[in-house]
Amino acid sequence: MEMAASKTQKPQSVRRKFEPWADPAAEPLIRFENVVKRYGDVVAIDGVSLDIYEREFFALLGPSGCGKTTLMRMLAGFEEASEGKVVLAGSDLSGVPPYRRPVNMMFQSYALFPHMSVADNIAFGLKQERMPRDEIAARVDEMLKLVNLRGFEKRKPHQLSGGQRQRVALARSLAKRPKVLLLDEPMAALDKKLREQTQFELMDLQQRIGTTFIIVTHDQEEAMTVADRIAVMDHGKLIQVATPAEIYEQPNSRYVAEFVGDVNIIEAAVTRVTTSDTTLQADMLDAELRLTQRTDAKTGDRVAVALRPEKIRIAKEPLSEVHANCAQGVVYDIAYLGDLSIYHVHLDNGFVLKAAKTNLSRQIEPPIDWDDRVNLSWTPDAGVLLKS
Amino acid sequence: MAMRKGLSPVTVTALAGGLAFLYVPLFLLVIYSFNDSRLVTVWGGWSTRWYRGLLQNQALMDAAWVSLKVAAVAATLATALGTLAALALVRAGAFRGRTLFAGLVYAPLVMPEVITGLALLLLFVAIDFDRGFWTVALAHVTFTMCFVAVIVQSRLLTFDHSLEEAALDLGATPLRAFFSVTLPVILPAVAAGWLLAFTLSLDDLVIANFTAGPGNTTLPMRIYSQVRLGVTPEVNAISTVFIVVITAVVLSASLAMKWQQGKVEGRQ
Amino acid sequence: MSIERRSMFSRFTVAMPFLWLAAFFLLPFLIVLKISLSDDAVAQPPYAPVFNFGEGWAALREKLSMLDFENYSFVLGDWLYVYSYMQSLTLAAVATALLIVVGYPVAYAIARSPRGLRPILLLLVILPFFTSFLIRVYAWIGILSREGLLNQMLLSLGAISQPMEILATNAAVVIGMVYSYFPFMVLPLYAALEKMDDTLLEAAADLGATPSQAFWRVTVPVSAPGIVAGALLCFIPAVGEFVIPDLLGGSETQMIGRTVWNEFAVNRSWSVASALAVLILLVLLVPILIYQRMQLRDLERR
Repeated sequence: MEMAASKTQKPQSVRRKFEPWADPAAEPLIRFENVVKRYGDVVAIDGVSLDIYEREFFALLGPSGCGKTTLMRMLAGFEEASEGKVVLAGSDLSGVPPYRRPVNMMFQSYALFPHMSVADNIAFGLKQERMPRDEIAARVDEMLKLVNLRGFEKRKPHQLSGGQRQRVALARSLAKRPKVLLLDEPMAALDKKLREQTQFELMDLQQRIGTTFIIVTHDQEEAMTVADRIAVMDHGKLIQVATPAEIYEQPNSRYVAEFVGDVNIIEAAVTRVTTSDTTLQADMLDAELRLTQRTDAKTGDRVAVALRPEKIRIAKEPLSEVHANCAQGVVYDIAYLGDLSIYHVHLDNGFVLKAAKTNLSRQIEPPIDWDDRVNLSWTPDAGVLLKS
Repeated sequence: MAMRKGLSPVTVTALAGGLAFLYVPLFLLVIYSFNDSRLVTVWGGWSTRWYRGLLQNQALMDAAWVSLKVAAVAATLATALGTLAALALVRAGAFRGRTLFAGLVYAPLVMPEVITGLALLLLFVAIDFDRGFWTVALAHVTFTMCFVAVIVQSRLLTFDHSLEEAALDLGATPLRAFFSVTLPVILPAVAAGWLLAFTLSLDDLVIANFTAGPGNTTLPMRIYSQVRLGVTPEVNAISTVFIVVITAVVLSASLAMKWQQGKVEGRQ
Repeated sequence: MSIERRSMFSRFTVAMPFLWLAAFFLLPFLIVLKISLSDDAVAQPPYAPVFNFGEGWAALREKLSMLDFENYSFVLGDWLYVYSYMQSLTLAAVATALLIVVGYPVAYAIARSPRGLRPILLLLVILPFFTSFLIRVYAWIGILSREGLLNQMLLSLGAISQPMEILATNAAVVIGMVYSYFPFMVLPLYAALEKMDDTLLEAAADLGATPSQAFWRVTVPVSAPGIVAGALLCFIPAVGEFVIPDLLGGSETQMIGRTVWNEFAVNRSWSVASALAVLILLVLLVPILIYQRMQLRDLERR
């Protein structure tokens, strides 16, 4: 979306510190309390409790069938919870039909009414609440300006491009000034370039109008780009609710670590625990594994450690000191991605570790090639102990 | 040969043969309606005398008028009921008795007309409902509404359900969502259903034969009583008028629908 | 949707057509069933007993005891009726088989034709269906009769020396059925063939199938649901056909639809006509259920 405002105003470059979830006194705008949703024997939502705050840009992330869409549709009123309740701005939503909720939704298919013009689509919700004609006209104009579609009001949806349709859908769902805007995979139908551009524009828009946005997506990059906080879901449960950086750097589980980004999972036994760090013995590593992270685990417990490929240094030169956090092996696969390359390294004991290396120079011949013998090493704060 | 979409000599022959089979009898019928000779099998030169005769045939005109009234009433009611039935089948989810309901909707499509006609007649007799205009109309509503239901149902199956959800989400009650969003979008199918119901009603002989009262002879009943006496140029002329009118209506309706559809969801 | 399921509007959409069909389709069949168990009477209506629920239980019980299977034993004991059923089934089956043979190439050709041409060809197939059924059957009288156009043409070509007797035979009935039900066969076949993925045939060819092998082993099995749907759509109503045997058939034609009409209108035996109708329904019950099953399955698969 090419927002008119982003061209005329200086973009707000500094994002103020915004973390109401860390403030115990803050009242959440939306509260899911122990929500369960069953379809016959199938449990789609399995005991979800979640608080979402005003002005937050919140992402529900997970694979298809994880329950993220069901959770969103409960907020919109298309599904009723089997147990528990959904509270919006202090009032219980159960039994309130979709057409009486101060929540609007942008549909994945956009769901633009094909027989109505752009202006009529945007005005639809306003007409339902019997807003006076001149106010409707003013609001429609305001919305068209917001999504930079002035001059298109007479067009029918089929006369618009995919990106323009998406903007009409956005304008239509914002026209009633809802307390919460729900976005169901809003960029699934756009191509990659347009999608990236749209993500930033959506963030700017949300900052400007200050509405709470909840987005459902299966695309982890999209969630990390746009959201203040992300809820990672699996099989109807919330696995982790945290900021993008926490989700990536401190995943609480193997599931989250593997779902978001690329990762090496190292299984290991705890050998020593101190107040500030943990030492482990991994089957796949000959050297010991040291982490600057404290743990509740006891000596002898088996745990998993997540180690991101980009945190592993890969080099042909031998290491200066060799006592912890290192491994040796042979390169057997290289995925050249342009900006970086991912090396699959066969360790001498048969295990495989993935390491990423930024391609700093414009060399066509790779500095590290197939069958090269390499040394891998990482710092004690690179890996993270997983709870499950 | 069968690899690509395209017409091979074999498929062209099949098409030409099939269409000839469908249309040659009708063309012959039309041509012989202009035969000056009373003997249908002997060509006596061109003439329009049989058409002039039609207009003077008061019984025939009366029957045509009855048929048109029945068809208009039956098609309109059948369209309303059939559209509701389609909505119930596609949208209402798993309500109790759904299989029975579906059975009731689909059975009249294939039910031999003799049975439907007999059953309806016996119902009207049992409840002491005098046979007349309304018995034919009600009977026609019953069997044509199922055809409407099937047409509307197939449109609803491809209807994007989120359109209706979007309307609800924007504050429309289910009833308003139906009238402002669903109905306008499925309107071409509903109109096609009406047209089909109308022609089916106009065409029906057997059910009308069972259910019509003495003063309410429909056009097919009148034609039938003449046809039983053998082939006559008059019947050819009536048939030709019928064919021409129906063809004109169906063609213009399908063109109109195509145009309408192009307006709503056409592509550039 | 849970919300919709509860709404008044949704209930209304189910209730209205349901009540209508129950009153004007289901109830009449129950009445047919009841009358088929009754006796004929010289009265108005011409059958007995006539239930009157104002008469109380005792009278009702007495009347219920008057119901019996007399009409059925009468019908099944009479060779003419049994023959009538057999002939109806045979003629309908022959017509259906011919319809598949004639309809498949046409449906296939339409499905293969360029995309833009398909709706036009389809409309051409459906168009005669919109013009009167009666008129279409009538058109064949002039063609098939002894002095008819077919005989005239064949005689003038020297193909035959004597005019053939086609009208008023069972052959004419079958021709009439094939002609009248043609669109009902072509439409479901087309729907099945049109849905077929082109790459299936490419895959078959890639794996070494000749075009004719690909046709028999891929196209035909894939379009099987269309064949079954078309066959049922033609066979079931054809069994009870009335107009075609009445206009094109002769003295040898004893199709059951005509027999029902004769019992009802000529012999004025409503109870026998009802018993005949119930027996047709029994014979057609299985195909009708299969047809409904297929329709329902189409409905669920979306």
